[in-house]
Amino acid sequence: MSRSRLQARLAPYYLVLPGWLWLVLFFVVPTFVMLSVSTQTGDIVSGFKQTFHWHTYVEAWDSYHVQFVRSLVYGLVATLLCLLIGYPVAYWIAFRGGPYKSSLLFLLLLPFFVSFVIRTLSWNFILSDNGIVLSPLRHLGLIGSRFHVLQTPYAVIGGLTYNFIPFMVLPIYVALERVDRALLEASADLYASSREAFRKVVFPLSLPGVFAGVLLTFVPASADYVNASILGGTRTTMIGNIIQTEYFTNLDYPMAAALSFILMALLLVGVFAYARALGTEDVFEVNAR
Amino acid sequence: MPDVPTYDDLPADVMRGLISPRMSRRSMLQLGGASALAMALAACGVSSKKGATATGTSASAQAKQFWSDKKQLGTLDFANWPLYIDVSPKNKNDHPSLNLFTQQTGIKVKYSEVIQENASFFGKIQPELAAGQSTGYDLMVITNGTYLDKLRELGYLIALDQSRMTNFYQNASPLVKNPSYDRGNVYSMAWQSGMTGIGYDPKHTGRVITSWADLMDPAFKGKVGMFGDTQDLPNSALLAVGVNPETSTEDDWKKAADWLKKQRPLVRKYYEQDYIDPLSKGDIWASMAWSGDIFQANASGATLKFVVPKEGAVLWTDNMCIPQHAAHPVDAMTYMDFVYTPEIAAMLAESINYITPVPAARRIILQDAAKASGGDKASLTDLATSSLIFPSPSDFSRLHRYRVLTAEEQKTWNSLFEPIYQS
Repeated sequence: MSRSRLQARLAPYYLVLPGWLWLVLFFVVPTFVMLSVSTQTGDIVSGFKQTFHWHTYVEAWDSYHVQFVRSLVYGLVATLLCLLIGYPVAYWIAFRGGPYKSSLLFLLLLPFFVSFVIRTLSWNFILSDNGIVLSPLRHLGLIGSRFHVLQTPYAVIGGLTYNFIPFMVLPIYVALERVDRALLEASADLYASSREAFRKVVFPLSLPGVFAGVLLTFVPASADYVNASILGGTRTTMIGNIIQTEYFTNLDYPMAAALSFILMALLLVGVFAYARALGTEDVFEVNAR
Repeated sequence: MPDVPTYDDLPADVMRGLISPRMSRRSMLQLGGASALAMALAACGVSSKKGATATGTSASAQAKQFWSDKKQLGTLDFANWPLYIDVSPKNKNDHPSLNLFTQQTGIKVKYSEVIQENASFFGKIQPELAAGQSTGYDLMVITNGTYLDKLRELGYLIALDQSRMTNFYQNASPLVKNPSYDRGNVYSMAWQSGMTGIGYDPKHTGRVITSWADLMDPAFKGKVGMFGDTQDLPNSALLAVGVNPETSTEDDWKKAADWLKKQRPLVRKYYEQDYIDPLSKGDIWASMAWSGDIFQANASGATLKFVVPKEGAVLWTDNMCIPQHAAHPVDAMTYMDFVYTPEIAAMLAESINYITPVPAARRIILQDAAKASGGDKASLTDLATSSLIFPSPSDFSRLHRYRVLTAEEQKTWNSLFEPIYQS
């Protein structure tokens, strides 16, 4: 075919090239190297060799399935709590914020100018046994002398919820902001009470925001290790802590890579199941809407 | 309804185009990606990171040859842990001992407090050393144990110049001369040592604590702290079951792991280095602790006690060592030996509050205390007489080193002890 026709046919590939290169360089290649490392055997002194040792995955699951399940449970509970707390906040800012919307959003984001670790450490201070929250309660006799919040799963889940609330509020806010107010007027014209209008008009339209918020919260919360490390106790170890130990202390790169892959697979399964439950045919459709 | 063309209405060539199989752009890109993936899968492998290691008599010959042509260059890049050197009272960035060093030898010291943890520092310097590049440091301080062993095995340390270690051999305490983790001091000289014993608050425990067995007391349920690591925790547990860690066998490790499992319900948390705050606040009443932390907490007003348990405690040492491809190795050796003069050791001990490797420093601190007055005099006397800084002979007999582990043993060891603090 003629030169210009060939160029015309290749043009779309050229246009895709930057995006494809970015994806390859920052996602495909690292994931692929990790996959390759996970089937190697050896140690740091004598070197690692590719031996297609898939048994590492079995060992990883055998040793740490408790922590995997625990991380997913903590992530799920934290996500649900974020949703329960974040949705009303987003709704209130979107519908009742008026001229103060941007200030309210700024106030919501203000703590996040401080580092993640320092914020979590401040919870360590607030929730300590003789600190400003528990001390008065103890004086009033509402809690026993041995009662403590730190070093329990509740502290870890609380920390996760606190740290990921903006990730839930902001997508839901964006989705609610895009709801056409005229639709609410129309539903009022058709004799819908405000509760019905919310249930049948506003909530379904905000679902893409809820989906995005849940994704942005569940995935990082399940893989988190800072909260468990700072606020956690003896039975709250999450898979993130395990991967950190395997990589830095044991210098066992294949095991760490295998654990990361299993976590990724579990999260993907969760995400796709969730997308199905929301009733979308294709995960990508929801975000495009 | 408007007229919608059905399949019968379409011309034949359009029909052919519609139903003939074709490669869509999307599937072309997918195929390209998949084939690239498939091609590279078998190619990867992380090659051995070993440098050249030297053993035996050839080692000392190699070391002599290495040092034969090295000269003092006038600069030293020193990497250390935070709060691990003396500071002048007016300015936290001013270190009197380093100023004295520059005065006496003319070597300027660039001091960086970049080591937070052995693991993360090792992770930082390992890629550079594996690639044969300089780390940017001539001198670093690494704790004995896993990481110092790894650095040695991988050949990342320069063997010291034994001819430049006169002060060391003259003044070093027997604890740090020829230690089990570096026989002959081939690669390292001690910076400071510390003990891992038990720290407790007598106000809350109500009684004196003297042994590891006391940390099994059901009265302390939920108020005990232990370390969450593969060095202090297992070695202390070995001592608790009555075994010398340095000569322990795998059966002993299993017994120690059982002891720890029995203790789990009593433990509030397996701490990293953040136990001192909860201990001072009363969240925990008794904990595995480092001697220097307890000394410093008490100097700031706490009323904690440190005890070397009856069964024994672990003595660890942070060691000065020179990484490969250091730019100024002779300057590093000069500094390392300088630190072993009693005057300088006393200066460091007065600020650092851990166990100095030079016993003669004690006499100097007492002299300083006699010359000082008031609060300074009290704190200096405390320092000179504290068994946390200058352990008594009975303490010494109860101090043990970490078990030295080969790579294979390390795997078994980790698999036995990590589940204790990581489940």
